[in-house]
Amino acid sequence: MHTTRPKLMFLLPGLLVLIAIIIFPLLFTLRVSFSSWDVIAPGLDWLGIKNYLRVFADTRFWESMGRLCFIAAVTVFTEYVLGFALALLVWKDVQYKKFFRILFLVPMMTTPVIMSVIWRTMFHESLGPLNNLLGVIGIDPVPWLSTAKMSMLSVMIVEIWQWTPFMFLLLLAGLLSLPREPFQAAKVDGAGPLRTFFLVTFPLMAPITIAAIIIRLIEASKIMETVYVLTSGGPGTATETGSYYIYIRGLRDFQIGYAASMSVVYLVMMIIALTIIAKVLVKLMIVKEGK
Amino acid sequence: MLTFYRFLKYGAIICWSAFVVSPFLWALTTSFKTTEGVVSGAKYIPWFQYKPSLEGWRNLFDRTGKGIDIVTPYLSSLTVTISASFISLILGTLAAYGLSRYSYKAGPIKNADITFFFISQRIMPPIVLAIPFFLMLQALGLLDTMLGLIIVYIALLMPIAVWVMVDFFGKIPVELDETAMLDGCNPIESFLRVILPNCKPGLVVGGLFCMIFGWNDFFFAFILTFTNTQLLPVAVVALNSSVSPWWTLSASALISVGPLVVLAFVVEKYLSSGNLSGAIK
Repeated sequence: MHTTRPKLMFLLPGLLVLIAIIIFPLLFTLRVSFSSWDVIAPGLDWLGIKNYLRVFADTRFWESMGRLCFIAAVTVFTEYVLGFALALLVWKDVQYKKFFRILFLVPMMTTPVIMSVIWRTMFHESLGPLNNLLGVIGIDPVPWLSTAKMSMLSVMIVEIWQWTPFMFLLLLAGLLSLPREPFQAAKVDGAGPLRTFFLVTFPLMAPITIAAIIIRLIEASKIMETVYVLTSGGPGTATETGSYYIYIRGLRDFQIGYAASMSVVYLVMMIIALTIIAKVLVKLMIVKEGK
Repeated sequence: MLTFYRFLKYGAIICWSAFVVSPFLWALTTSFKTTEGVVSGAKYIPWFQYKPSLEGWRNLFDRTGKGIDIVTPYLSSLTVTISASFISLILGTLAAYGLSRYSYKAGPIKNADITFFFISQRIMPPIVLAIPFFLMLQALGLLDTMLGLIIVYIALLMPIAVWVMVDFFGKIPVELDETAMLDGCNPIESFLRVILPNCKPGLVVGGLFCMIFGWNDFFFAFILTFTNTQLLPVAVVALNSSVSPWWTLSASALISVGPLVVLAFVVEKYLSSGNLSGAIK
């Protein structure tokens, strides 16, 4: 196992392909972000940090980033609570366990944009089933996609529908791999279901909890497809997320240079935020374990 | 008390199940509607509330322009997803095996850093890469081609393959490699003949996740193709913005998400047998 040739043969193909397809374009984005490349004058001139100054003064950008953080935080937290609850529900003896496990996994297998298309017909104010069913129990039609607050809620409902299964999958896989001994010990000590959960299950699940939340936050930080299909960022800019605003500036208005600097700011902020969140979560969970 | 607890438990399960299936049921019933079933408000039960028709489903195979032709995007999606997943899985598995068996060092960079580099690529928001990908494929003449999309998807899917496989190889004892080498295999032979057959569950899980994320991607297919190549999600979303009727939309949505729903059965099988817990920790 000491020859270098097979050693490099294993690692290098993948590594080089990844560097060529991701790192090289990323460096290109960085360079473009210092240029005034747009639809009138495409090309790599040198603009210095002007684009970045514009980003910092662009309230629409910061509002869309704030909205993204809000949506990501609320949906990931809800997905975690629901996913954990569902995993606990079908963890042990439940009738038709296999059937419900499969059913709960289904939404994450489906294409988000395509399901958003279906959700859009469901949210339709006069022809959709949601308002129709609410009408049956005597509730006035809800403006699902036409007011700022409700369209945010609609986007979040679709996200939660789509991605709770992923949380469920990770947490159930974690539950199924837990050792039996601590549970037997808790039973011997006469601990009830609630005590067992808080003193045994939850602490044992800490590592997988951290992993699951981080993975989902990473994916949630990219949200734009649901928004694109459901609301196109509207009404006005009420549901515009960071990615979606950059998309509009870059690939609709073709302000390529400016969009590139926004994406650099976006990426840097995401990396910093996710690192901090990961550190905080690890700290919080380990304190809990030590109790 | 116990019955009350059971009542709550099954109540919760049934509520969530209803939420999960509602869009599918709605799409299914809508796909058999015609104008009268849609424009007069929400209807649910065929024959009782509206007269069912197969028009929505027939429109999917319509080449005259009245409906859409779903077959071509379907085949394109299959080609792109399967090729990209296959290549990512090969490259990812090789890299993961290398990382789990050898120690690499380049200055301060060690194995853990390289693994992190692979996996951390998932953090990259697609929009950050959109512009360079567009220009790069344009320069290579690969814009609007399947090959261009396959190249892009390899980069998106490889981190997933590496993530699943690194942990999987970690669980396979090194003694297995050593025994193979004592029997006279060189490292590559021992990998192919001894290790690979032993990590079938890992390969299946890794491949599945690649397929799911590849098949379901919309963004890159949307910005990197126009008319020659069209993948399924793009074709369906195009219906959404055009004036096409809800029944065609619903039928095309159902036929697009159908094949992957079947994968839920496979994932559940690996989940319940405990093979997933190691793979995704």
